[in-house]
Amino acid sequence: MSVPKYWREIPQRYRLEAGKCKKCGYIAFPPRHICPECKSEEFETIRLSDKGKIISYTIIRVPPKNFSFQAPYPVAIIELDGGGRITAQITDASPEEVEIGARVRIVLRKIQEEGKDGIICYGYKAVLEE
Amino acid sequence: MREVAIIGAGITKFGEHWKKSLREIFVESALMAIKDAGVDHIDSMYVGCMSGGLFVAQEHLGAFLADYLGQSSIPAVRVESACASGGSALRMGFIEVASGLSDIVLVGGVEKMTDAEDVTFALATAAEQEYEVFHGITFPGLYALIANAYMKKYGLTREQLAMVAVKNHKHGSLNPYAQFQSEITIETVLNSTLVADPLRLMDCSPVTDGAACVILCPLELAKKYTDTPVKIIGSGMATDTIALHSRKDITSLKAVSLSAERAYKMAGIKPEDIDLAEVHDCFTIAEIIITEELGFVEKGKGGILVEKGETSLGGRIPVNTSGGLKAKGHPVGATGVAQAVEIFYQLQGRADKRQVKNASIGLTQNMGGSGASSVVHIMEVA
Amino acid sequence: MIGICGYGSYLPRFRIKADTIAKQWGMDPESIKKGLLLYEKTVPNLDEDTITIAVESAKNALKRAGINPSEIGSVYVGSESHPYVVKPTGTVVAEALGITPDVHIADFEFACKAGTEAMFVAYSQVKAGVCKYALAIGADTSQGAPGDPLEYSASAGGSAFIFGLDKIVAEVIETYSFSTDTPDFWRREHEFYPKHGGRFTGEQAYFRHIISAGKEIMKRAGLTAKDIDYAVFHMPNGKFPQQAAKSLGFDLKQIEPGWIVPWMGNTYSGSSPTGLSATLDIAKPGQKIMLVSFGSGAGSDAFIFRVTERIEEVRDLAPKVRDMLDGKKIYVDYGTYAKLRGKIIV
Repeated sequence: MSVPKYWREIPQRYRLEAGKCKKCGYIAFPPRHICPECKSEEFETIRLSDKGKIISYTIIRVPPKNFSFQAPYPVAIIELDGGGRITAQITDASPEEVEIGARVRIVLRKIQEEGKDGIICYGYKAVLEE
Repeated sequence: MREVAIIGAGITKFGEHWKKSLREIFVESALMAIKDAGVDHIDSMYVGCMSGGLFVAQEHLGAFLADYLGQSSIPAVRVESACASGGSALRMGFIEVASGLSDIVLVGGVEKMTDAEDVTFALATAAEQEYEVFHGITFPGLYALIANAYMKKYGLTREQLAMVAVKNHKHGSLNPYAQFQSEITIETVLNSTLVADPLRLMDCSPVTDGAACVILCPLELAKKYTDTPVKIIGSGMATDTIALHSRKDITSLKAVSLSAERAYKMAGIKPEDIDLAEVHDCFTIAEIIITEELGFVEKGKGGILVEKGETSLGGRIPVNTSGGLKAKGHPVGATGVAQAVEIFYQLQGRADKRQVKNASIGLTQNMGGSGASSVVHIMEVA
Repeated sequence: MIGICGYGSYLPRFRIKADTIAKQWGMDPESIKKGLLLYEKTVPNLDEDTITIAVESAKNALKRAGINPSEIGSVYVGSESHPYVVKPTGTVVAEALGITPDVHIADFEFACKAGTEAMFVAYSQVKAGVCKYALAIGADTSQGAPGDPLEYSASAGGSAFIFGLDKIVAEVIETYSFSTDTPDFWRREHEFYPKHGGRFTGEQAYFRHIISAGKEIMKRAGLTAKDIDYAVFHMPNGKFPQQAAKSLGFDLKQIEPGWIVPWMGNTYSGSSPTGLSATLDIAKPGQKIMLVSFGSGAGSDAFIFRVTERIEEVRDLAPKVRDMLDGKKIYVDYGTYAKLRGKIIV
């Protein structure tokens, strides 16, 4: 895991910091320099909501190397209240409990770590609303 | 712009080539194409390869392969658009001939996946690293996200999805270059291991080594080399957001419809005019959606199209007579060029047991990542 | 007035029953449960650790405090399972909450009292006028060696307290700390599991320090057990805090709201802090709460709080400890537990 690459995205990983286009309201997560909708280059920093709903999901059964012991785990595209979509794991839930349209809440969890001696990477995951 | 023709093609058998290196399989297919065309020189070369660097630790493939082909000194460059690298290389070659800059251009595609230590990692570089891959999603996972949303929206069944794999294996069994030449049943698909719900092993294209090449020249010179040249009458390319979650509708592949629209416009034809197509079935769900985006059937009806047999050999619009990525194999960078080789053989009447009768206009559609790139070419008997 | 202006806890959803562990090692579940008064404990998911628990607890504390996180001037996290040996827990927590960069951060450790230690120092920072608000967290994902009695209690969870000069829900009336060098429980560097002195950890360690600290703080505050409404003691098992209570003159009803160990287990640095959090969830304005922690090695931190009116306004703004104990629970078998706790050598 490249340390600078992980560290640079921390405001997004830890606090869901995004950019909102001042002209048309487009929400860029991660933040961008130029709005794909209206081409404006003026953005204000906002934080995405920590609540949302599942747009689609799958259960990963054949995981990538850094995730070997976590499988099977659900991954979903989540639309957050007020705008912004993210791809994130659903945690503390069994595959059967996940469904399209379910409400979720964003939490900070360990995303991955490279072996026993690499840095621990934290980031956003989602839990099903109780 | 000049009109461009394909005058020769070459392709290795697709499969696991433990004994052959990347340069060997490339040269094998390139020599086959050169001999097929009967050209005595090459002016320029484009190589489609997703990642020589991550699969075999070799970049600089333009110079490297020109050298091993005995063509050191010609301009040669590697082209990359993830899994659409081959189609993109073809487009670059087409542009170079059409512009008048070169006459004889070799377009090749190659990938040597079995040499890699971590194939999954290499393939994952086609997705959004920090906001998709970082969170543990895989490529089957991304297409499974598409499949689940599509199935919920349009009522596509698991069986209809499986039919794509069954059809392509049937076609593959007729193709001597295909990696898998055995037929399978819907049960085979439904009983295979789950990879990312709902996609199973048999919904996914395999890991493959392979290379394919075509020789391009201006149409006005083509008859010098072959009696049956094939014109490239349309070329269209489009991109879409890199992350699946950024798409407006994850049950559509906008890059596909846009690249097709551009190609149809250049060719001056409509979807109904297409006799056969080679499309990017990296996963079964991809072929279902692509047939809709190419205009072969209306949105949401892709499952019915395959179920009715309309995309099988003998049907209204045969799709993937080569066996597609599923049965023919998917050596990533080679795929886009292999699709062109299949259409070339079909339009020349050399497709043998899998020949589509009276094939006159064919289409290739090559896609990168979860649909962030798409390249469409349309060919016609000259 | 100086005191707690926001408090919050977090407990993982996974659980393992004492029955399950006992069966695994061929022990009698009933005598374990009767002897230790431990029924089930929290287990962290693979993606949870002291940092993620600390962040969730602190988010809940912030909800009740109702302050802008950037106003927090100190962040202290006490744990005996900090994820890194070198690289602080506190910096990740402060970054996640939006408190950086104008902040003083330190990680604390002192076996099970690292949490109250952080509270001690946070309170002192505010009292000394160094900062307006200070955040203290006690959180752990503790380990017990397979087959060892500690396996029944070592659990995961944490609580956070924001100390400040305003918006107070629990005023600090008195503090006191009692410490000696008593090697009752330890873990050497590079060792995965701790070791302990068996029965020595009772009388000379736990009881000596808690009772000494409890007696002295009540003396300094001029109060007896009858004047204090609730008491929370460090909870290594269900029995010890009951005995400590009796020795100090408290009846079992007074420790009941904070006596959550039979269902939570011993969350080490989160143990008495979470007991305090559970007590704050039900205490009425004007009532007094005494907190006495214990950390092996050894020492006890003691506090006496007086609850204010404001607690009724903010109590419902974040999940209560009872809600987390009784809410969604995922029970695991021993094999899954061993996988989650990294006990299987790969």
